[in-house]
Amino acid sequence: MNLHEYQAREILRKHGIPVPEGAVAASPAEARAIAQRLGGTVVVKAQVHAGGRGKAGGVKLAQTPDDAETVAGRILGMRIKGLVVDKVLVVPAAEIATESYVGFIVDRASQRPVLMVSAAGGVDIEEVAAQTPEKIHRLTVDPRYGLLPHQAQALAFQLYREIGPVRQAADIMRRLYETVYAVGASLVEINPLVTTPDGKVQALDAKIVIDDNELERHPDIAALRDASSEAPSEVQARQAGLTFIKLEGSVGCCVNGAGLAMATMDLVKYYGGEPANFLDIGGSSNPEKVVNALRIITADPSVKAILFNIFGGITRCDDVANGIVQATTAFPLKVPMVIRLTGTNEKEALAILAKAGYSAGTDMDQAVQAAVARAQGRAA
Amino acid sequence: MSILINQDTRLLVQGITGRDGSFHTRQMIEYGTRVVAGVTPGKGGRTFEGAVPVFDTVADAVAAARPNVSVIYVPAALAASAIFEAADAGIPLVVCITEGLPVLDMTRVMPFLRERGTRLIGPNCPGLISPGQSKVGIIPGNICVPGSVGVVSRSGTLTYEIIHQLTGHGLGQSSCVGIGGDPIIGTNFIDCLRAFEADPATDAVVMIGEIGGTDEQQAAEFVRAHMKKPVVGFIAGQTAPPGRRMGHAGAIISGASGTAADKMAALEAAGIAVMKRPADVVPLLQERR
Repeated sequence: MNLHEYQAREILRKHGIPVPEGAVAASPAEARAIAQRLGGTVVVKAQVHAGGRGKAGGVKLAQTPDDAETVAGRILGMRIKGLVVDKVLVVPAAEIATESYVGFIVDRASQRPVLMVSAAGGVDIEEVAAQTPEKIHRLTVDPRYGLLPHQAQALAFQLYREIGPVRQAADIMRRLYETVYAVGASLVEINPLVTTPDGKVQALDAKIVIDDNELERHPDIAALRDASSEAPSEVQARQAGLTFIKLEGSVGCCVNGAGLAMATMDLVKYYGGEPANFLDIGGSSNPEKVVNALRIITADPSVKAILFNIFGGITRCDDVANGIVQATTAFPLKVPMVIRLTGTNEKEALAILAKAGYSAGTDMDQAVQAAVARAQGRAA
Repeated sequence: MSILINQDTRLLVQGITGRDGSFHTRQMIEYGTRVVAGVTPGKGGRTFEGAVPVFDTVADAVAAARPNVSVIYVPAALAASAIFEAADAGIPLVVCITEGLPVLDMTRVMPFLRERGTRLIGPNCPGLISPGQSKVGIIPGNICVPGSVGVVSRSGTLTYEIIHQLTGHGLGQSSCVGIGGDPIIGTNFIDCLRAFEADPATDAVVMIGEIGGTDEQQAAEFVRAHMKKPVVGFIAGQTAPPGRRMGHAGAIISGASGTAADKMAALEAAGIAVMKRPADVVPLLQERR
């Protein structure tokens, strides 16, 4: 789960990392009041889950409170990469002496948190990594001992020469490491970490991504979720306990298990079709889940055929069959459906479906070919 | 022969009285797995269905029943703790079926296991089976038959699909190992490939990978440098969009890294026959053996 900049700032502030003053506004009038309170020139920043906000016109300077109101009025409601801006962050336009990058990721290969710093901050760090990797310094942290003071200090010396900012930056890195574990983050970034002309080190912009598996134990963080940035069908699916990702094609896929769901999408493509979605109904075989899955898939007008691919293990094929019958009785389908199921209670499932007037097969390739044909308006 | 588990496996079930734990314990016993003990804190002293003694702690279970493998079916919030407990009690092989472990929990689990010499399979995995000998986890026993193909996979139901293809064409399996779909897992492709290469009962290996990370690329390099037995590979997620988690926490293309195309190219460059679809597994294996 991605957090907005204003949410990430607040988390850093709570963990003792200096961030500039500022506040979030949902209306031009609120932006004006914040600018008034801050005094001087301010920056008005769109709060959306998209990179490249500045280039898209979502970050603007404002000299006066009146300006701030006008600028906020233009940014609020703007679309950046398809996402509507409904909040702006208003912060003082601080003078900046230097810009650096500090970030933590959990590294898959070493299975440990890795701290990355670069004196080339304020720009896209992935570009720095691609073009001038020597400008990024990495440290793999041993989670048994955490980030040790001398390690943080050595990395801070990669950013600054003076001991004053080095000490401040080292302290920020240690607090940032603690923040990772405190909130359950899979990524935290300060970009840029700035020094002001009077020698203060501050986090000017921040990004935090929370591991979805942590949300249950951090209800306060889970409450920060902004569902407005997600496709409504994905929100609906999450609430129903399904994993659903909307794609652009016409074959609606309903599969049990993530790997098989991906392989099914790939096979749709292999036979010349395009998958409309990734959908994993999970390991449980609750017919209700199947009903919800069908409701979500059929709500997408680009879906021209529905494909079920079920390999019964823990999932019982008869439960899935019952779900299909329940769902299609409650709201009859307007598009053709192809069903493949095999494994646990396959015979019972085929009988349930036959009674309801549906035919089903047990071969994955045949089913996918038939679904692609039907989606393209051909006979299966 | 087989890898990791066999007829001498003495299994402990952590979370034996829970909904999933009890269901799968019955299935494992039915398959012939020797389930020697269970653990559910607070239910020590009972027996599971009159057959398996239940203990409060793993240490008690180890002292009384001498298990050599433990399987974990406890909820995600307690799963890291269950892994720590099994390793602390000296169990050499721990299989964690539970899905949804925070990745930061795993950063603390892994060094602890290394210090104690415990091998972990999973988390977020279907477990493993050595057909005809022992099954630990949730892989349906009825789709497997004994034979000489080793299977290692990051997936669950996709693995069943491939096993189903093998069995349907008379190709039995020595062992099938689901290593799990999370970003940090205890046992990776290379660990299993090395074991299959050394196992006299295995004469070919099927590896089933997916998008995310670079485990498959490293495995390909291992195959090129160290394996004589033929390997057939599959990568799921050719149509997955970048930046989205495809169900498994570890199945995500980050930036330009972890794509299916990269992995398939790495496999092919290492001399691994790459399937375009699951049904290719049998013809490719037959060509190579």
